[in-house]
Amino acid sequence: MSTLSSQVETPAGVTLPIYMDNHATSPMDPRVLEAMLPYFTTKFGNAASRNHSFGWEAEQAVETAREQIAKLIGATAKEIIFTSGATESNNLAIKGIAEMYRERGNHIITQVTEHKAVLDTCKRLEKYGYRVTYLPVKADGLIDIEDLKRAIDDKTILVSIMAANNEIGVLQPIREIGKICHEKGVIFHTDAVQAVGKVPINVIADNIDVLSLTAHKLYGPKGCGALYVRRRNPRVQIAAQIDGGGHERGMRSGTLNVPGIVGLGKACAIASEEMEAEAAYLRGLRDRLQHKLESELDYIHINGNMEHHLPGNLNISFVYVEGESLLMGINDVAVSSGSACTSATLEPSYVLKALGLGDDVAHSSIRFGLGRFNTQAEVDYVAAKVIEIVKHLRLLSPLYEMVLEGIDLTKIQWAAH
Amino acid sequence: MAYSDKVIDHYNNPRNVGQLDKASTEVGTGLVGAPECGDVMRLQIRVNPETQVIEEAKFKTFGCGSAIASSSLATEWIKGKTVSDALEIKNTDIVKELSLPPVKIHCSVLAEDAIRAAIGDWKKKNGVAETADATAAAH
Repeated sequence: MSTLSSQVETPAGVTLPIYMDNHATSPMDPRVLEAMLPYFTTKFGNAASRNHSFGWEAEQAVETAREQIAKLIGATAKEIIFTSGATESNNLAIKGIAEMYRERGNHIITQVTEHKAVLDTCKRLEKYGYRVTYLPVKADGLIDIEDLKRAIDDKTILVSIMAANNEIGVLQPIREIGKICHEKGVIFHTDAVQAVGKVPINVIADNIDVLSLTAHKLYGPKGCGALYVRRRNPRVQIAAQIDGGGHERGMRSGTLNVPGIVGLGKACAIASEEMEAEAAYLRGLRDRLQHKLESELDYIHINGNMEHHLPGNLNISFVYVEGESLLMGINDVAVSSGSACTSATLEPSYVLKALGLGDDVAHSSIRFGLGRFNTQAEVDYVAAKVIEIVKHLRLLSPLYEMVLEGIDLTKIQWAAH
Repeated sequence: MAYSDKVIDHYNNPRNVGQLDKASTEVGTGLVGAPECGDVMRLQIRVNPETQVIEEAKFKTFGCGSAIASSSLATEWIKGKTVSDALEIKNTDIVKELSLPPVKIHCSVLAEDAIRAAIGDWKKKNGVAETADATAAAH
């Protein structure tokens, strides 16, 4: 009765395994690779070499990339600093601002569902005498603007709130946040890793002072990121965290990763051209996936505000089915789970817990991250496969059976272990 | 994480899935784990009152593949055993049979607990004295 031999056929044009985890990283666009290749071999110069054509050629490529990145986010080229990725960008932004503005104050505001690159950086600063407020989020994953207003005091120097969440895909109200920060004279940093190239971002209109981004989330190479640092109204200063040759206006020393930078630039140029159409395409795929799952399965819970949402993200809890067992059944599809069992810590996702979801619902969550190279045929296959496995696992689930019998699971005295 | 072939086999073809009549005096039910921990196992046995042999065993498990496999295997092993022989099954036997990695040992512990809880419930119903080792220890 409960034997599983999959009835789902692989449709024509679909190659297994299917990659649907684009929030973790994205495959590189072949156009990006093509742009990068010469900078590994023939155009290998150091962008800081001022005395020969190899250096000039590399420098020219870097400046072109700077402009491409700036254009995508409404900045100017001079405001772009290259880093090794978003973790470094976040560290540089938060630590660099904390150090630079220490005399003005020691209070930083962030929120609980930030990436660890922000949260752990803030925790370290707490050890050095900074005070950090971690704003809660509402059940839909968004912060309450009133909470932010109340949290700002005369010692506040920095607010760091992400643009889009990596797990649940919600878009924080950055424009409003930035406006409040500017009214209060506080610097606004946003970790926009998941948002850049996916939804429109304009640092002027959105009142952003400092912004982190990385190449590998937008079809560029790993190991290359950038930090936007506003130069006027207000001019933001950042204390360098890596000392050396004084590259990048003294904010980030180290020989530039020219091929990576060229790739990041190209990835941004493609996004500038294609983002609007791509967002509509991904939203279509996402809605199709969601609709198929919702029409075939009961007790599913969509996590995060779906109105303010990344086009390619869908985070669903298949309640009464444990996430890792679901992943095991769809092992030809690469997605992520918020389940504890998928991590070494045995703790379920802190992001889902912050929404007020019970651990059991958090254990049941799957994150689908659709990207540029996913197709409708893939979505149809994944939906069919997930539906089949969820049904199989629910036949095995004592919780599902008890709920169908009308038993209130919260009233049971569980022998927790 | 790579699963052993045996875990995959139990996952795809779980043995003895289902439910026995909880109200029957011949049936013992063990419900262990908690939804918050990501593992809940329900293991049931039907015991022949004369021979004390477990004639039927059924399970349902909410949990990872290793938890499903551990409980499926447990039902297979206890079927046909007397109650006292079934109590001899140790979680380490399950770990060995399924080649569970260290991070999944708790799944085997839970399966052993489920066996003990089901037998404990049956003994309670039938007024059989609990032996010292037969208590379903919370851990």
